Amino acid sequence: MTVAPTSRKKSTAPRAGGIRGAVSSPIAHDSAYKHTSGAALYVDDIPTPENCSHVYIAVSDRAHAKIISADLDAVRAAPDVVAVLTKDDIPGKNDVGPVVSDDPMFVLGKGGGVVECEGQALFAVVATTMDAARAAAASAKITYEDLPAILTIDDAMAAKSLLEPPYKMKRGDVKRAMLASPHQLKGRVEIGGQEHFYLEGQAALATPGEDDDVTIYCSSQHPTEIQHKVASVLGIPYNAVTVEVRRMGGGFGGKETNGNLPTAVVALAAKLTGRPAKIRYDRDDDMIITGKRHDFRIDYQVGFDHAGCIQAIIFDQAARCGHSHDLSLSICDRAMFHADNCYYLPNVLINSYRCKTNTVSNTAFRGFGGPQGMVGIERVIDEIAFHLGKDPLEVRRVNFYAAKGTVSDRNVTPYHMNVEDCVIDKIVDELVASSGYASRRREIAHWNKNQSLLKRGIALTPVKFGISFTATHLNQAGALVHIYTDGSIHLNHGGTEMGQGLFTKIAQIVAEEFQVDIDRVKITPTNTGKVPNTSATAASAGTDLNGMAALDACKKIKKRLIDFIAADWNVKPKEITFLPGSIQSGKNKISFDDLVAKAYMARISLSANGFYATPKIKWDRKKGIGRPFFYFAYGAAVSEVVIDTLTGENRLLRVDILHDVGKSLNPAIDLGQIEGGFAQGAGWLTTEELWWDDRGRLKTHAPSTYKIPTASDRAPEMNIAIWDRGRNPEETVYRSKAVGEPPLMLGISVLMALSDAVASSNGREAYPSLDAPATPERVLRAVSDGWE
Amino acid sequence: MRDQLSFYLNGELKTIRDAPPTQTLLRYLREDENLCGTKEGCAEGDCGACTVMVSTLASDGSVKREAINSCIRFLPSLEGTSVTTVEALSETISAPHLVQQKMIAHDGSQCGFCTPGFVMSLYTAYRNGDALPVKAANDVVAGNLCRCTGYGPILTAAKEIGDVAKNADQSGDNKIEYDQLSKINHQENIVLEHGEAQAFLPATSDQLAEIYTEHPDATIIAGATDVGLWVTKMHRTLPKIIFLNRVRDLASMKRGKNELIIGAGVTYSDAMDALASAYPDLGELVRRIGALQVRNAGTIGGNIANGSPIGDMPPALIALGATLALRCGSERRTIPLEDFFLDYGKQDRKPGEFVEAVRVPLAKRAGDFKCYKISKRFDQDISALCGCFNIQVVGGVVKSARIAFGGMAGTPKRAAKVEAVLTGGAWTQESLELAMLAFADDFTPLTDMRASADYRLRTAQNLLMKYFTESSAPFEQTRLVGHGNAFL
Repeated sequence: MTVAPTSRKKSTAPRAGGIRGAVSSPIAHDSAYKHTSGAALYVDDIPTPENCSHVYIAVSDRAHAKIISADLDAVRAAPDVVAVLTKDDIPGKNDVGPVVSDDPMFVLGKGGGVVECEGQALFAVVATTMDAARAAAASAKITYEDLPAILTIDDAMAAKSLLEPPYKMKRGDVKRAMLASPHQLKGRVEIGGQEHFYLEGQAALATPGEDDDVTIYCSSQHPTEIQHKVASVLGIPYNAVTVEVRRMGGGFGGKETNGNLPTAVVALAAKLTGRPAKIRYDRDDDMIITGKRHDFRIDYQVGFDHAGCIQAIIFDQAARCGHSHDLSLSICDRAMFHADNCYYLPNVLINSYRCKTNTVSNTAFRGFGGPQGMVGIERVIDEIAFHLGKDPLEVRRVNFYAAKGTVSDRNVTPYHMNVEDCVIDKIVDELVASSGYASRRREIAHWNKNQSLLKRGIALTPVKFGISFTATHLNQAGALVHIYTDGSIHLNHGGTEMGQGLFTKIAQIVAEEFQVDIDRVKITPTNTGKVPNTSATAASAGTDLNGMAALDACKKIKKRLIDFIAADWNVKPKEITFLPGSIQSGKNKISFDDLVAKAYMARISLSANGFYATPKIKWDRKKGIGRPFFYFAYGAAVSEVVIDTLTGENRLLRVDILHDVGKSLNPAIDLGQIEGGFAQGAGWLTTEELWWDDRGRLKTHAPSTYKIPTASDRAPEMNIAIWDRGRNPEETVYRSKAVGEPPLMLGISVLMALSDAVASSNGREAYPSLDAPATPERVLRAVSDGWE
Repeated sequence: MRDQLSFYLNGELKTIRDAPPTQTLLRYLREDENLCGTKEGCAEGDCGACTVMVSTLASDGSVKREAINSCIRFLPSLEGTSVTTVEALSETISAPHLVQQKMIAHDGSQCGFCTPGFVMSLYTAYRNGDALPVKAANDVVAGNLCRCTGYGPILTAAKEIGDVAKNADQSGDNKIEYDQLSKINHQENIVLEHGEAQAFLPATSDQLAEIYTEHPDATIIAGATDVGLWVTKMHRTLPKIIFLNRVRDLASMKRGKNELIIGAGVTYSDAMDALASAYPDLGELVRRIGALQVRNAGTIGGNIANGSPIGDMPPALIALGATLALRCGSERRTIPLEDFFLDYGKQDRKPGEFVEAVRVPLAKRAGDFKCYKISKRFDQDISALCGCFNIQVVGGVVKSARIAFGGMAGTPKRAAKVEAVLTGGAWTQESLELAMLAFADDFTPLTDMRASADYRLRTAQNLLMKYFTESSAPFEQTRLVGHGNAFL
């Protein structure tokens, strides 16, 4: 095996002679020093206010049960208890659901209640310490009557337990094309869920104010929704609630809706007791109470020709949504939107079943259903290749959407959107060459012939990911920019920082626009009082939306400054240019600071808000037709693995990635998203296994039992590059592309490489049908063709 | 006798008289000292966000610096040590420590929540002058989970930190540390009282024997890598505790002519090299127990004494024919290790009796012993099963076979039926296949979150096949990680 040094290529060099932190420069995360020195504050690090109480939420340990009786006297009488909260104490609405009102804040009230999953909140204890609150909660005497529980996708499909009737997307004549196909295959793939495992658990601090007011500090990707849920629970208008988020210790979708419960509970505690109140889930509670990535069962039937070109395909996607809606409908939609990945499906039917089960309500997770949909089609391609005895890469290529700029009818998606920006063919060609795919494939086949116990495998998988919220109205954002009279800049916008570098990128945009060093731009916490009515920082759209809104705000102020100084200098506004640190027109020149001071004296407003709404998109969900996405992000990965055919243990050996981020706003941050996303995707499909017992209780609720990748799981050789020809054909901020979610799906190459390795084990005739996560157990089962 | 704790925190002497014996170092730092740079990510020693450096004075007068998980380390166990947290590394943004500089330069942080832990793991390695090529760096940070970066940037930073550390002159810092530790070094017994709770910190095993005879209801804690979780996860109160951290004579290792005697207080980290040189596979097994922070705290004696059915040391040591030295007051006895494990959660230990040492026989042919840890993840994971084989073949015939497994029963257990089938028979594929069938007679494993019963049984059988392949086809590639693997 050849070994090259590990590399991470930053494709854009910093610009010489300009400002510090310009757009496209690979500057470090704005909080990097604070991260490394422990000075970065997370919610639990904020100095606890005087008289602050601590809240503990007592949860159900049954999957489905009626509460026959509940005696909380001992809880109330326990030492240091300030209050005990049940649904009877809620002045407003007993609900924390993000879209549909089916997520009660507390199940328990005077009339008892029915629990619908393990980990559902029953009541809460407010005490002077967290230990006291927890200990008191344990003294509740609750008797249940168990009800029949639907735990798995199979259970739900058998019982037709669905959140809504099955939803379809279709195009072409599937039945006829299937019958006419020279080859047909049927199969099933099961894909496990995934725990977010953000390092910082859910946390919130609420401080009561005057009148109805309450101020919240929390770890949330969606401060506006927190504001709405708090107001709804307390029965007060939105304007009484202020929510602030400086940063999260990781989010990954797990803090899009799952902060609603703990935050609403502390807000209620604060208002009812008149004291500040704080909550922090410990790791086990966090993993038991919060939703996860949906597990899927995907059945497929495909017709194809001798070259492997797909003629007709039917997917039945069944997802485990849990006991309530949360964001499941949109997530399942996105799984359908990505059932094609990079491939043209001429005749296609996608059926989606949203299973209601007595398990935790599953939620957003990086990719938002897209990854599961994509595993489905990659699995189909892999099986077609096995069936035809071809290299799966060959089959992938014959099915690609028509390349950008070519005249072809092979560019329509199953939801009738034209793919106009397809660059996957170019990316794959470059990656095949740079990774030495062809020669390595030959070398691996040779190696495998000479080994009896270990087998290696290799796979290249592509990614095409649709960018925009598919709920069109969410594609809007606001920003607020002030310049103070000393020339320092205050930046605020609706996006939240969870480590993805959003704040850094937007500060770069502001610095670039005003041509000042980025150190001038003060990044401030997301706050519902500064920028209202925001969307969640999600769908990879944080920079696309908030960056454009910030740009809009900058342009407004800039126009005022230009008009002012142009009049002062008696020149035309278009003759004014912003140079690094100064503004110039011909021989006239003034420093940025002086201009600002001068403008202030002339009574020019130095503050502006900005707004952005994504153009071009529309989606008719009833008809399943439209353009839900502004554009697509592309990428591809080659992974090489080795398996042990006696134990199923497996290891990643080498990864090559080429990913399209358009014109990068910050190559350092984008590379971080690419590698981190890949690792998270690879972890999802290999070591990360969620395991429930037969009573629906999660038994993998801490890192001792739930295994995310650790350093040595990283391939010893990783070559990651930003595609240097990338440029967004749509008018996004500086022609960049979203990067948060797409790279996660590069991890699918690992599952397919494992499938390749299993297929190489001795004497194989049947397709491996390797399910995810590919733990040693699943790999061994695949090697052994099952073992019953 | 003293009634207070003394330790240094970021260079400042702390004396504490009235601390709850099970207060964790992490909570002390965050709640009492307002040092919130150190984070809680899991409260079970698995994520490393709470990593700090603990320096102690070793019996040879050297200073030992180790990264540990502060979330499961009880405050009294810090007696006589110096604790360094992330806050001590730099005071201003203009003068970051090298470790911070490299982490920043290579974009080693994203959300930043795990970062202080990584910084402290790397800082400890730096202070020890460790070179950190990728394999060494993997081991240094295996106990630190990051969910954002995918680790590449951190490993790049680590390599450059190691390149400087190898040649850095740290004698100034080391001298200050040595002088401070010397000031609080003493041999007196310490007893702490907090309300009803009591904590004993004996300095010698004689003191320990005496205290434990008097208080047989006390819980003995060495590294707290297991007992720590009784408090942080099960929320149990432990009214009476004896800490072993100061008992230096239990923390020693002796190499006899035919055996290695490992004191009950010897940590995995301290034993690793000796075990690896005696049996390469045993060294690799120890490398895969927990991660560095856990191995720096956890002891081999503790791994045995707590009787866990999934501890990794017992099956290996049973396969090697190790014996256990127990002491109660002045009485001592030695028993075969396998006899110590009576049933699930039950060991052959009298009230007041404690594990003094484990004696590991040394073999001439170290390669006869092979062991295989099977888990979902290679590093920092608990075994689904752990198979340990010690088979002597002479002239094509199996002379003796000791095979022991963890994860296959309620206790670490020998595969007696498999051994019987093998012993005296020919060492061939045919006899092997017969022996594999006998596993079903020896074990009825459980299905749980780590693996199904089917997988455990099938893999146990396959591991015997793997042992056979390794001993009969030495050029075959059989290992994915650790020594003897063909990959990086």
